[in-house]
Amino acid sequence: MKVEQLSIFLENKPGALEEVTRILKEAGINIRTLSLADTSDFGILRLIVDDVDRASQVLKEQGLRINRTIVVAVEVPDRPGGLHSILAMLSQNGINVEYLYAFVERSGEHAVIIFRFDAPDKAIDVLQKNGMTVLAGAKLYGL
Amino acid sequence: MIYNEDFETLPREVMETLQLKRLKQVVQRVYHTVGFYRRSFDNAGVQPDDITSLDDLKKFPFTTKQDLRDNYPFGLFAVPMSSVVRLHASSGTTGRATVVGYTRRDIDTWSELMARCLVAAGVTKNDILHNAYGYGLFTGGLGVHYGAETLGASVIPISGGNTKRQIMILQDFGPTAICCTPSYALNLAEQGRAMGVDMKALKLRVGIFGAEPWSEKMRAEIEDALGLAALNIYGLSEIMGPGVAMECIEDRQGMHIFEDHFLVEVIDPATGEVLPPGEPGELVFTTLTKEAFPLIRYRTRDISRLLPEPCRCGRTHIRMDRITGRSDDMLIIRGVNVFPSQIEAVLMGVEGLGPHYQIIVDREENLDTLEVQVEVSEKLFASGDEVKVLQGTERRIVKDIKDYLGISAKVKLVEPKSLQRFEGKASRVQDRRRI
Repeated sequence: MKVEQLSIFLENKPGALEEVTRILKEAGINIRTLSLADTSDFGILRLIVDDVDRASQVLKEQGLRINRTIVVAVEVPDRPGGLHSILAMLSQNGINVEYLYAFVERSGEHAVIIFRFDAPDKAIDVLQKNGMTVLAGAKLYGL
Repeated sequence: MIYNEDFETLPREVMETLQLKRLKQVVQRVYHTVGFYRRSFDNAGVQPDDITSLDDLKKFPFTTKQDLRDNYPFGLFAVPMSSVVRLHASSGTTGRATVVGYTRRDIDTWSELMARCLVAAGVTKNDILHNAYGYGLFTGGLGVHYGAETLGASVIPISGGNTKRQIMILQDFGPTAICCTPSYALNLAEQGRAMGVDMKALKLRVGIFGAEPWSEKMRAEIEDALGLAALNIYGLSEIMGPGVAMECIEDRQGMHIFEDHFLVEVIDPATGEVLPPGEPGELVFTTLTKEAFPLIRYRTRDISRLLPEPCRCGRTHIRMDRITGRSDDMLIIRGVNVFPSQIEAVLMGVEGLGPHYQIIVDREENLDTLEVQVEVSEKLFASGDEVKVLQGTERRIVKDIKDYLGISAKVKLVEPKSLQRFEGKASRVQDRRRI
């Protein structure tokens, strides 16, 4: 039920992002969703791609620093209160969110939230017991 | 004005007789009390009795900073610790700092020489002295302090930093003389102006600036900004601290070296050969009177030249020109001496850092800045993809540089391979300062 995310260390300078997208394009890798965390000096680009192994291989070959991180993808109805209901159950169970980002599925009915937890297994357990749909990696990569 | 007219105006012949007598004594003493010198002289095939003239000194081996480090902390002391009343040290991680010691008499000598410097600048016991050199292990603060007290001037031991408070005290206490690094003098002037203070209207009359390289252009800027006469002082902790040489206010061209206590030579840094007076080269000092930490032919790595022409102030002591450079890679950042290898040692002590780094030194608003760029290693990034992990590492490096080396640095993590790779000797320092 876990998803593998690719994180890339980038300097905060022109062309840093472009280099990553060029490498992925040349390797024929599709980006499902992404987020960028930034500070004044550096950024961390986080990607969900259709082929994690190949993406990490080509990025590494080009000398980039990458990290493969386990994240959890949760499907929520795309309507008011959708995200809130998840966060409420997480907070009631004392689960801390390190970061999150989201995208809307092609059908437009659901949003998918990508969560990074300290304790992903416990989080998945809580979410599933509360009737949430946790997406498997394979399903997400192919969306 | 001259503080010690008897010794500061000795005729050359008398001076050289005194120097030879003192040189014979110190060479004998170190040979018999410091194992390092006995081995070093024996290896070079020289004996203390070989000194029959000042010229014989050049047969003796040099002492280097590496020798000081090899004998860290007290290995070169020539007296038992019971006779040592003060210790000072340069910054650095274990084994990279240099430690110096003083006996009671050494402190008295240092105080007198510093008093001579103040008097050469026209300071008297009626002056109030704002001493913004750092107090502590650095020799600047306490060295000037003791000299000022010996002279009888009123010292404000303000030390470094806390600039707004310094400006308040400059206005309220009305000091007439100031000691600090030349860049800090300019920074004080700038911050004072920004606070709406008329810095030229302060009572400051004279400033004694040193501990870092500066230029005639900076002298003019400081004099204009603070409305005072700016004078150059030279010293290094290994030889004694501030007060090895000082410009006189009468001539303001070159610094008189207190030759009754220090013997100076200028050498070709590549060959070690002694150069004739007037030729630029590396300054080499022998201490003639120091008890706790005598040094024979210490290579300062400072590049300058001697100015043998007589001076109209009446002092017969030879003068040295401004320091124009270094014959090693030492950096002076806000008056603190730092070697790139010391920064490297700090980086190596931080878990998960790669071997590639770069040091960028610049000057912003008259203050030196130090930026250390370090490549993110695979190990570091694998330990977490969260911003807090990387920022935590940056903060750790900043703290360690501050703790070990005493300087504030900006640390920036960069992508792998973004720093230049070197074949052979790496040049990891970019000094962008225009002095």
